[in-house]
Amino acid sequence: MKRPELLTRILITVAIVGAVGAPLYVWSHSPLIHAQMSENGGWSPDILRAEVGKPLHLKLTSDDVMHGFAVGQMNMDAVDVEPGKVTEVTLTFDKPGIYTFFCTRWCGLNHWRMRGTIEVSGSPSEPEPATLPLYVTLNLDIDAPHDARVIPSGQPSAMRGQELATDLPVDLSAEYYRSHSPYQVFRDMPNTALTDSQRWDVVAYLWQSNTTKESLINGQKLYAQNCAACHGENGAGDGVFADDLKAAGDASAQTMTGAQAMKMQTPANFTDPTRMLGASPALLQGKILRGGMGTGMPMWGSIFTEDQIRDLVAYIYSFQFKYPK
Amino acid sequence: MAKIELTRTPFIKNALKSRYPQLAVFIIMLVGYIFAILAGLIGTPVGSHNFSIVFVWIAWWAILILVAVPFFGRGWCAVCPIPLPGEWLQRGAVLSPPDKKPKWLNLRVPKMFRNIWLQNISFLLLALFSSVLLTTPSITGIVLTTMLFAAIGLSTIFERRAFCRYLCPVGGFIGLYSQAAPIELRINDKHVCVTCEGKPCYNGSSAGYGCLWDVFPGGLTKNTYCGLCMECIRTCPHDNIAVNLRPFSADLAKPSTRMDEAFKAFIMLGSAMIYAGVLLGPWGALKDAAYNVGSSAWFVYVFIFLAIIFGILPCIFTLGIVRTKSSIPLKHRFASLSSTLIPLGLMFWVAFSLSFVLTNASYILAALSDPLGLGWNLFGTANTAWQPMLTSILAPAQTLALVGGLIWSARTAQKASNEVKVSSTPVIAYCFVLTSIMLWLLL
Repeated sequence: MKRPELLTRILITVAIVGAVGAPLYVWSHSPLIHAQMSENGGWSPDILRAEVGKPLHLKLTSDDVMHGFAVGQMNMDAVDVEPGKVTEVTLTFDKPGIYTFFCTRWCGLNHWRMRGTIEVSGSPSEPEPATLPLYVTLNLDIDAPHDARVIPSGQPSAMRGQELATDLPVDLSAEYYRSHSPYQVFRDMPNTALTDSQRWDVVAYLWQSNTTKESLINGQKLYAQNCAACHGENGAGDGVFADDLKAAGDASAQTMTGAQAMKMQTPANFTDPTRMLGASPALLQGKILRGGMGTGMPMWGSIFTEDQIRDLVAYIYSFQFKYPK
Repeated sequence: MAKIELTRTPFIKNALKSRYPQLAVFIIMLVGYIFAILAGLIGTPVGSHNFSIVFVWIAWWAILILVAVPFFGRGWCAVCPIPLPGEWLQRGAVLSPPDKKPKWLNLRVPKMFRNIWLQNISFLLLALFSSVLLTTPSITGIVLTTMLFAAIGLSTIFERRAFCRYLCPVGGFIGLYSQAAPIELRINDKHVCVTCEGKPCYNGSSAGYGCLWDVFPGGLTKNTYCGLCMECIRTCPHDNIAVNLRPFSADLAKPSTRMDEAFKAFIMLGSAMIYAGVLLGPWGALKDAAYNVGSSAWFVYVFIFLAIIFGILPCIFTLGIVRTKSSIPLKHRFASLSSTLIPLGLMFWVAFSLSFVLTNASYILAALSDPLGLGWNLFGTANTAWQPMLTSILAPAQTLALVGGLIWSARTAQKASNEVKVSSTPVIAYCFVLTSIMLWLLL
């Protein structure tokens, strides 16, 4: 073989091997966490591992639409994960356990299913005592019907209720508020000369006195990010995914039939007084913590902190009660 | 305008005669092609950020349809990397002269396939899947790989570049439109070829390989099947091969009478119009139908696509020319007059491509810095935001291209009509209506 032929063959071989090998090498050494809509697989990988105190550096990319990334039970700002781009995040955990990371953008009908876990190993400095949620200690059946038998004719006003409550022996304590539905408070209110409407105003005042403006603002933010896609911006159960959820429910093989099956997939309407005034804060906390068990309502217990759930519950009641601006 | 022989310039002559400049370009192209395949298969599935989509369907396409084909004809084929591995395998060498005894089967392509019908079919196959192909990197990677291996496979069975000549989906329309280009490879003196012993330009010699495109340069009258491989320049012992600069569409003065080429013109014309509607139009249902391959809507789309190309466009064209008085058979007239659609189709593609290339060109910068979507920023352009470019000149440029194409076609129609001795009016009217539709679709 002549020298030019040999050299050219060597050159071509090196070029082809390089063209194939170099991209494969860098690709195999650049692990990314891929985000896809749940229908297409969600997070990949969806189980990550970390150690307490050691920074976990993540590179995230989206393979389809805009997603977001946040880790539940952690004080971190969500980051956007854009299609075809790489977002870098560094996390440091101070407690061992299993953390849930989740999508924070309304990426699709099954957005809420886009979750993964980070298994953090290491020794805890001090074991934390576990506290049972209130709905468990109260032994509430959160799936049982809880409709209010009486509802107000208009929206109860906490401002009017405050004026009326001064002369009434109303229990304003947090314990009482959390464990009773508005309807129960209305029903159990001592016999007074107040009209039904005035009594509902007093109930509204009790709910307002157990929250703060900051709590409502935080609850509103959490609601807008995580709940409004299904429950609607105004709480009417008419979010952008509501129709799709209903269609999915109709199409799915539900064991229940008729109107009940339809209800299974329809987001709760927080503006419905019959439903909402019959629900206690403990019951709503339970629904958020545990999820709706087959209704399409996700489980948020691994994501929201206790304070965040309290803020959310307070905000959800604001669809029923008129609070001072 | 008289022809200007570019190969009279020693620099050009030497650059074409030497094998090394072309080989250097070939190797760079092959590396880029392989990288595009890998980027498609392992890179980000987001088309707008994947090297394979951005560089093949935006950058390469822009260069091909806006520059290479209109000005250099088959210039792209001269540097295309797809046939190379198969060709090297076929020869058993990269530079050395071929052995007397073929290494592989070295068969002639059967006569029934020695036309561009297979190229018409392969183009249509890609066209029908184009919405997915143009947006899904993995599909692009698979198609590029398939083309590479098809070329290799055919090289081991048939002689010369059978893939390029008879199957390549791109080569078919490049050949058609290269007739309009102002570049040609021709012989200087016919008598030299007639008396030349051994015809090394076709059969090869120690100086180089026989024509890779199965063309005898001595008989070249149009660009369609000359792939500008430049082997004949190297092998001609009489220095009788020239690369000339010539007037645009010189080949169309003597229109072809082949039906495969005639239908190629309709396929390209119709595809440009359908693409303009599907990819650039405001009709979401149409886009969905084109994208959801295998769905019932897609089959309807396929039916309409094929009906327009093989039914509506040729039928209306035929109705226009059927009543023209001529002693020449209708089939002959149809094929000859369809050459009118070559400049029109080319300018339709230019106008269509301007729109989506200028809209998406900003993706090139981002993909250049992060070709695999791994978070790199090689040239500091990875975060370049998407922004349509030169939007203010887009509509005027498209209008100019379309109106220019109409005038060019009208001129071609007059020449073709003279050849078949019929009136050019129906054909010009046909071109006018199609141009109006295209203007409506694009503007």
